[in-house]
Amino acid sequence: MEHGNLIHELLGGVAPEGVPAWAIVLVTAVIGVSLLIGVVSVIAMFSVWLERKVSGHIQCRYGPMYVGGWHGWAQSIADGVKLLMKEDMIPLGADRVLFVLAPALVLGSIFGAMAAMPLAPGFYFADINLGVFFILGMSALTTIGVIMSGWASNSKWSLYGAMREAAQVVAYEIPLGISLLAPLMVAGTFNLLEASEAQSGWFGMKWFVFQNPFLIPAAILFFVAALAETKRAPFDLPEAESELVAGFMTEYSGIRWSFFFMEEYAAMFLMSLVGAVFFFGGFESPFTSLAEWAFVTEAGADGSALRTAGLFELPLLYHVTAGTVLAAKALFGVFLMMWVRWTVPRVRIDQVMTMGYKYLTPLALVVVLFAGTWEWLLS
Amino acid sequence: MIESNQDPAAAMSERITFPGASRTLPTGEREFMMDVRTADLEINMGPQHPATHGVMRILIRTDGELITGAQPHLGYLHRCAEKIGENVEWLQYLPYTDRYDYLAAMNNNLGYSMAVEALLGEEIPRRAQMLRTICAELNRIGSHLIAFGTYGLDLGAFTPFLYAFREREWMMALFEKICGARLTYSYLRIGGVFNDTPPGWLQEVEHFCDVFEEKHKEYVDLLMMNHIFVKRTADIGVIPVEMALDFGLTGPMIRGSGIDFDLRRDTPYMLYGELIDAGAFDVVLGSGAKGTLGDCWDRFYVRVMEMIESIKIIRWCLGSIEPGPVIAALPKVLKVPAGEAYVGIENPRGELGHFVVSDGGKVARRVRVRGPSFCNLAVLEAIMPGTLLADAVAIVGSTDVVIGETDR
Repeated sequence: MEHGNLIHELLGGVAPEGVPAWAIVLVTAVIGVSLLIGVVSVIAMFSVWLERKVSGHIQCRYGPMYVGGWHGWAQSIADGVKLLMKEDMIPLGADRVLFVLAPALVLGSIFGAMAAMPLAPGFYFADINLGVFFILGMSALTTIGVIMSGWASNSKWSLYGAMREAAQVVAYEIPLGISLLAPLMVAGTFNLLEASEAQSGWFGMKWFVFQNPFLIPAAILFFVAALAETKRAPFDLPEAESELVAGFMTEYSGIRWSFFFMEEYAAMFLMSLVGAVFFFGGFESPFTSLAEWAFVTEAGADGSALRTAGLFELPLLYHVTAGTVLAAKALFGVFLMMWVRWTVPRVRIDQVMTMGYKYLTPLALVVVLFAGTWEWLLS
Repeated sequence: MIESNQDPAAAMSERITFPGASRTLPTGEREFMMDVRTADLEINMGPQHPATHGVMRILIRTDGELITGAQPHLGYLHRCAEKIGENVEWLQYLPYTDRYDYLAAMNNNLGYSMAVEALLGEEIPRRAQMLRTICAELNRIGSHLIAFGTYGLDLGAFTPFLYAFREREWMMALFEKICGARLTYSYLRIGGVFNDTPPGWLQEVEHFCDVFEEKHKEYVDLLMMNHIFVKRTADIGVIPVEMALDFGLTGPMIRGSGIDFDLRRDTPYMLYGELIDAGAFDVVLGSGAKGTLGDCWDRFYVRVMEMIESIKIIRWCLGSIEPGPVIAALPKVLKVPAGEAYVGIENPRGELGHFVVSDGGKVARRVRVRGPSFCNLAVLEAIMPGTLLADAVAIVGSTDVVIGETDR
């Protein structure tokens, strides 16, 4: 099924006469990137607020209640303004270039990863055939930024945090990638849009996680590895506020610090999105098949299946609904990560390593083996 | 500066496993070859560090994440408490006792008052003793709640901390009702307690006991029996019986090592003798249930279970308290007969001893304090080497030091 890229469609349509094609592409790209940054930043800020509310309610508190009126919804905005206003401080002994570059690299790579992630059926910026690989690769790039920040800070605590991050991410990239192989075998594609569309069906029965019994352990493995990958508790060793003061962020303040913060929430959202697309039906709602309601399949003149707009007269409505469904699933994943964080203590670095190398990686391999065998027997 | 327990050459040769890794130089020294030149890292944990529970500094030497030496440095919070004791009147010194172990101010008041009373030889009214016991045990609960919560915080579990503070808040509200202060009470006075309870206070304490017993189950489930928590604390920071005795540990630290030592029972003061006879409470001991005897988990276990024992004591007192005077008739300006006395009481952290010397005047000749945290802290140097950096936090947390009291 072909979806047009909404941005291209919308902007291509309004291009005035005589404007060269490269200008349209450039303007489209600038608008697209701004939209992407806007959407991801807003989601990250919302997640920060959500975290504070979730942690508050888990801990018998309310969390932010005043800023903005309703349950402190504007708290993140107020915090963001405060962080922008703060003095831009770089320690004297720090490596200035790396120190400034590190937060930008961290945030930039997570935005880069987001570019390949379709947020709604037509709302993507790069339709890459190997989308999953691109996303995993780009999100792993944040590690470089973290190591840079730890080294450039010229602080021992920061260095500890950076080294922990390096060790941890290397250990957990493997089970993360391998556990994703199982749904990839069911999907038969690396493309996120195609994988999502393959799960179109009633009451979520076509979701990959229900297609193969070994995808349930794969989903759990993916969740655990994603927790470690995004530096979330119980694997938040790179920051480990009670051990390493603030880990690699110890020397950062103001807006640079908030870049790391936003990266964490954007990464959580990204990992939840990948999980939602490859395990839990992507754009498909748990009740009905949105795509079936949206489009009527007819036989085309040459006998191929053609889809025309069905119940949703406006394609935009379908896009918005599907995007909302995906975002809701991803935010539920984010909520699960928060729930875990505010419930369990932190594990120790050797336990993290043991778990990654000795248990998760072999388990992921076994799961992939069984899932593949199941697929092979069924086909 | 740091004396490592391990011989560096031996430690190095342990690490080198491949052949040909070392050679003998013409001078006779051995040169070790390593794939990467590594150096020990000296790192200051504190004075501004989230896990040192105040302004304490631990100078740590690490090899990667492995600690090879640790040395606590004190004195950042020194306020000359003992010297002040020699310069103010007997009763005027009482508020200063609040400030050494600010988490257990009632117990500090009690220790000092009892030391002065030992010189005075005054009879303390029974109701005052009851109230003292109730307050001391309530404060023990509050202090252990902090120990429980901050230990979770040290290990990365934020939520138990706030659960603990929820109950502690109630405890402090109870104290606020009885004496007006929330942290530094000065309620237990020389000769008794400051004033009688407000109406309904004892019923409220009973209600607190009922609710607390329910909440205590949550603590056990949420943190103490949590798998990750057990993995982080069992077999970590083991204090063998010998070491516990050598370092003069007291309180939960020594009971965590399985040594049955509790001043409330061993030198029964106030009503504790009666309580022991009535079988109202037991002494909780570490048993190595999750790992080795005397590990961090055992010490934590002792603190958590002691809260329930304190509840039992409070219940016994509530059941037998009767109306009466709450303070002995003493002159406004106290003159203490000449002599000296040492009274050690069981503080939440161990033996809090007060040694007071009087020359018969209005002012003490000498007030010496034996602080439990100060003595318990010394053991860090012995148990920290060989553990990981994350364990250092677990070990410091399990000693449950209050810096105000180590420095006084």
